Amino acid sequence: MSIEKTYAEINAKIKAGKAVVVTAEELIGLVAEKGLSKAAQEVDVVTTGTFAPMCSSGAFLSFGHTKPRMKMHKVWLNGVSAYTGIAAVDAYIGATEMPDDDPLNSNYPGEFRYGGGHVIADLVARRPVKLKALGYGTDCYPRRNLETTITLDEINEAILFNPRNCYQNYNCAVNLTDRTVYTYMGMLKPHLGNANFSTSGQLSPLLKDPHFRTIGVGTKIFLGGGVGYVAWNGTQHFPSIMNDGGKELGGAGGTLAVTGDLKQMSPRWLVGTSYLGYGATLSVGIGIPIPILNEEIARYAAMKDEELFAPVVDYGEAYPSLTPGNLGYVSYADLKSGKIQVNGKEILTAPLSSMPRAREIAATLKGWIQKGEFQLTEPVKALPSPADGFTAHSIKED
Amino acid sequence: MSPKRIVLRFGTDISVKPIVYRLVKDFDLVVNIVKADVNPQKEGTMILEVTGDQSDEGLSYLRNLGVSVQALNQEIVRNEEKCVMCGACTGICPTGALYMERPSMEVRFDGDQCVFCQLCVKVCPMRAMEVRL
Repeated sequence: MSIEKTYAEINAKIKAGKAVVVTAEELIGLVAEKGLSKAAQEVDVVTTGTFAPMCSSGAFLSFGHTKPRMKMHKVWLNGVSAYTGIAAVDAYIGATEMPDDDPLNSNYPGEFRYGGGHVIADLVARRPVKLKALGYGTDCYPRRNLETTITLDEINEAILFNPRNCYQNYNCAVNLTDRTVYTYMGMLKPHLGNANFSTSGQLSPLLKDPHFRTIGVGTKIFLGGGVGYVAWNGTQHFPSIMNDGGKELGGAGGTLAVTGDLKQMSPRWLVGTSYLGYGATLSVGIGIPIPILNEEIARYAAMKDEELFAPVVDYGEAYPSLTPGNLGYVSYADLKSGKIQVNGKEILTAPLSSMPRAREIAATLKGWIQKGEFQLTEPVKALPSPADGFTAHSIKED
Repeated sequence: MSPKRIVLRFGTDISVKPIVYRLVKDFDLVVNIVKADVNPQKEGTMILEVTGDQSDEGLSYLRNLGVSVQALNQEIVRNEEKCVMCGACTGICPTGALYMERPSMEVRFDGDQCVFCQLCVKVCPMRAMEVRL
């Protein structure tokens, strides 16, 4: 007989310290051992994890007022420009912003050693950050210049708000051209010299709930070492179930917008990141609990690396020119084995997403739930699912 | 006279030439091969200890052939605090000195296999690979 559980029942068990919580990898073992029905009955919560570079990350900072008051018109943090077109002493520091005097790619491939992601990492590590601001002066906000040092604890608010994180799945990147290319998927050697991928596969949060049955607006999550929430779908959220000749290859295209109080996060889980020849970003640790409400949810949560696939895409020519299509699909089992076959050639693979860190996140979240410190939230609104059929548009030019 | 420690890097065209023989025969050098990775299909690397009066002339000969010659007075180390074990370095390390242990997917660094090409120093997204003098 199939089971049905509610959030309230699971939370009551968490509160009583009786909830059965396993990581997504442990669930796979449990299903292999006891079968899906038995595992779905026994398990209340499955924890997932991912730790990888996540562009479209940033933080809202509210500095507090100066004396006399100042309406900040331009703001720099350690030389990196933050967007202050929101209010007098509020700014948004974006992960990919670079200092005005950075050589960028003029000395190709540029190193991008310090950008907005590194500013956020410095703040969360409680290192002092230089704040420079210019104002144009108003009757109520007369001050025009400010140069000082801030720390995370001294400013009023710091809210991590990442508009697109936690990509459900991602391309396996290769290079078919005859020159080395430097991409956000790392350095790719010519003539299929290597292949990079960036998803934790069977631990990846959105691959374990591909129809968005449990992950929605308001879902409480592990974010950057602290507690955060799903704020909305991420930008470019175009979920689908990949299909190759009638065979389901797992989910792709889903994303999340996530938010949380930066002050309770940790430098271990928010790390400034630099991609040679591409730019700076922020690596973010995210873990999402999946309540096992029924057997179908358990079945998806138990999907293995062998059943989850990534499309292989040429980043030498096809990706930059927005040419559709791919070079086939490879399973995460193959990607993690270190070798894949593309166009009949054996290629060595490397991940950009840390599996040891993803495991650590899933285990940490499991511990929080087992101790009764972390209860599950029922989404207040479902996110668009593959059934909604949203697809991307490219920019129309005149 | 103390030996010079040098790193040689060369293309496939050099791999088939007897460059070490030439250093010994034409320049009267004592050559000790510390490490060598020579394969006719790919870029080669060699770490040599060279002793002799004509060592500068010998190295000029190599440079004229198109061999990159660098003094070896540094080592590559991994900053364990910064490394997040993503694995990005393992795809570009030419000798497998940086590799993934499976199934844990933890990154390991075997300094004995390192040929100081410094690719990892540039490619590591966390800047965890460092040159130590």
